[in-house]
Amino acid sequence: MTVTTPNAAAAPRTAPDLSRHSLPLGRRFRDRFATVLIAAALLVAIVPLGVVVYEVITRGGSAMSLDFLTADIPHDYRAFGPGMGPAITGTLLITGLAALIAIPLGVLGAIYLNEYGKQSPLARFIRTMADVMTGVPSIMMGLFIYVMWVENVETKSGFAGSLALACLMLPIVIRSSEEMLRLVPDELRQASAALGARKWRTTLTVVLPSAISGITSGSLLAIARAAGETAPIVVTVGLAFLSNPDLINGGNTTLAAQIFRNATQPFAASTQRAWGAALTLVVIVLLFTIIARFVASRFATKEH
Amino acid sequence: MSQLSSPHSSPQTQVKPMSTPDQTSSAPRISAPTAGLAQSAPPATAAGVPVMELSGVSVFYGKAEAVRDVSMPVRHNQITAMIGPSGCGKSTVLRSLNRMNDLIAGARVAGSITYHQQDLYASSIDPIQVRKHIGMVFQKANPFPKSIYDNVAYGPRLNGIKKRAQLDEIVEEALTGAALWDEVKDKLKTSGLALSGGQQQRLCIARTIAVKPEVILMDEPCSALDPIATSKVEDLMYRLAENYTIVIVTHNMQQAARVSHYTAFFTAEVDEAGERHGRLVEFDDTQKIFTNPSQQRTEDYITGRFG
Amino acid sequence: MTTLDHEKPELSAKGGVGSDRLFRWAVLGAALMVLIILALILVTTANEAMPAFSESGLGLITGQRWAPSDPHSPIYGALTFIYGTALTSVIALIIAVPVSIGIALFLTELAPRWLRTPAVTVIDLLAAVPSVVFGLVGVLVIAPGIVPVYSWLHDVLGGVPLLGSLFGEPSSNGRSFATAGLILAIMVIPIITSIGREVFSTVPAADKQAAYALGATRWEMIKGAVFPHSFGGLVGGTMLGLGRAMGETIAVALIIGASTQITPNVFDSGNTMASVIVLEWGESSGVHTAALIAIGVLLFAMTIIINVAARVIVRRAEIRMKGAASS
Repeated sequence: MTVTTPNAAAAPRTAPDLSRHSLPLGRRFRDRFATVLIAAALLVAIVPLGVVVYEVITRGGSAMSLDFLTADIPHDYRAFGPGMGPAITGTLLITGLAALIAIPLGVLGAIYLNEYGKQSPLARFIRTMADVMTGVPSIMMGLFIYVMWVENVETKSGFAGSLALACLMLPIVIRSSEEMLRLVPDELRQASAALGARKWRTTLTVVLPSAISGITSGSLLAIARAAGETAPIVVTVGLAFLSNPDLINGGNTTLAAQIFRNATQPFAASTQRAWGAALTLVVIVLLFTIIARFVASRFATKEH
Repeated sequence: MSQLSSPHSSPQTQVKPMSTPDQTSSAPRISAPTAGLAQSAPPATAAGVPVMELSGVSVFYGKAEAVRDVSMPVRHNQITAMIGPSGCGKSTVLRSLNRMNDLIAGARVAGSITYHQQDLYASSIDPIQVRKHIGMVFQKANPFPKSIYDNVAYGPRLNGIKKRAQLDEIVEEALTGAALWDEVKDKLKTSGLALSGGQQQRLCIARTIAVKPEVILMDEPCSALDPIATSKVEDLMYRLAENYTIVIVTHNMQQAARVSHYTAFFTAEVDEAGERHGRLVEFDDTQKIFTNPSQQRTEDYITGRFG
Repeated sequence: MTTLDHEKPELSAKGGVGSDRLFRWAVLGAALMVLIILALILVTTANEAMPAFSESGLGLITGQRWAPSDPHSPIYGALTFIYGTALTSVIALIIAVPVSIGIALFLTELAPRWLRTPAVTVIDLLAAVPSVVFGLVGVLVIAPGIVPVYSWLHDVLGGVPLLGSLFGEPSSNGRSFATAGLILAIMVIPIITSIGREVFSTVPAADKQAAYALGATRWEMIKGAVFPHSFGGLVGGTMLGLGRAMGETIAVALIIGASTQITPNVFDSGNTMASVIVLEWGESSGVHTAALIAIGVLLFAMTIIINVAARVIVRRAEIRMKGAASS
């Protein structure tokens, strides 16, 4: 219309109403309503986090004591009292060994992807499969190690748990480390190469150190995730009521496995221990997460 | 600074005669620069009355002052071109005209920009309504990933038009107005992204005029187009000026000379404190700017001695 | 790692060139571990599950009866667990998808700068909580506390034809498909949110500005410019969340109530593929163990397919978006 009737449009229009009420009520309402809903979505995430934190601290706190952290686990679910000592050492030992297996392997794999494979079909395939592997249910890693290791050596053990956790950590370490290696500027590689350094030397002495904080941070997050894993532990590690520093022989236990085991019992004493173990586990996981954040933030400030 | 010493560098002096633009019919008729560089200008009936006025406009991004103290009119149904070297703030000024700068965190406008005597930055003003009346076409054609029809119908639908017949009419009208109808009438359901670059830009223009704005801001609309597509868009602008007030930012001086009635020349200056700002050097009839500019710096720029 | 030992002599013999080659093989070997492990998982567990497949055949998937401890003729039909996995995952997604999209929009389009970091931290913390802790809170706090809500919903909606059968009589302790789905939703929100943030932040600014320049409100801009660009990515993110929900074991095992039944009543108890494995693992042996591993193999295959598809969809959406932005 404006095009076909130029005369009508030729004169400037009368001043239009630009004020806020001139926006039709329906549109204004929908905009406000959507804004409120979107903000409320965040609340939906905050509430469960708040509930978890509150319950774990209050209920777990009442079970907490020095004894709880060191004493052996009672054989009787009905018996009140500490403790979770063997589960704490089990968690640290099993997760630690898993980290020792998965992190070097993962970092080397990341070096392949970023420094050698780059965009080659094989590297891209491995990258995709690593992403897919992060989505494999953790129980499957447990079943896998059960079939591969436990059935062959005929004993459940802490080591079997470490292997299962290492399988879970590997793809996480690979992808996060590769991300960090990608941030290393090419100039550094070229500078080192120009000094006559071989590629492996450049990679290990120049590229890797520049990315080390980021890799450390990513690895710590992988450790934090592995420390809280339960299903693979339940399947592969067996049971222990005393600390078992021998990871190869004999059953073991972790905090996560103890939470599961005690929560399934209908006794007040066992649920109390489950809450105490949950508080301990959350603190350990949080500690790793915070350290990871701290390392990462120091890395970020160094970059600038 | 020369801004103070020279009367021409303050365009307001030239705007004075039409500072009472509200009486539409009796407003002094400013003849468009029909001769010379501009092709035959559109017949301007009541054209020339300022619909927008910038006075003392400065735009800040955070603490940095991107543009300082710009005063100029935007005249009804005329094409006003903003030219100048990169970084002179012409796009910044353009984006402040329909409050697109609001979307940039930390952007702030000082001075006054009026549209029909209403201060666009008054607290009662809704930027959404402002943009309905003052539309914008961008440097890079940016059709939505939707069909041609849905692209054009997007604005009308926002404004509550739902009837199919009415939408059909608006879409045809807008596409015709953007000189695109004949090329796309048989494939309105195909994606807007399937069109050529020039067609996409005209689709974006159609999308803008479907909202029936009064003013259309164009931010280097041809910079990504080949010469043939450019000339099509220029022809289109020219015809649009019969019904719309157009402000165009362009890098291309020939383009400004070809299509615009008025030209504002901007440049970047470094002040005593060492800060860089965009400044308006000269605002005048396009013909005058390109044949007999009153500022040496304008002449230097258009004759290619700097820039 | 064996290659490393094997090729070591070459290092001194060929000097520097050999060391480069050795390093290359070492890193390639490490990267290949991903493929080796995935292949081994499939082969070894499938092999171990063979007894169950050969005993029950297709009945393992289609059979509704699961009676592993029947002394005369144990029957392994996992359909109830497949049903439980599907139902809990769907409930989780129905809750998590809109919430995650909301949070992602809040973080990318709405939140003032100062609020972004704390809001992201909330999501990160939610992702960091071990699933067994969610399970603990779910079974001891949420399940008993939510029964009145279920009863109310049952009273209000139970009479509606068809739909009413979903909202049947709640289980007395609150352990149910619905509670499991709710906890799963909390666990997948961080996953879908992070993909949502990624795809929303790659929506070209030009499209958002175009919508604003046409006089769109923020919500209209989101509908017109952000969603059309993000659809593929959101579908992919949802599928990643689905994969996670299907594979989650411990939290579900604690909350779902462990009963073998197919019922439309979401307030009733059930079991899922992952949770039945961990719940019956300790007391299983022989074919029973093989049947549990077979369920794992099925679950593995399903999550792999879903994850691969999700990654492909996300990647394709990213490529298309980059193409649209640069053309």
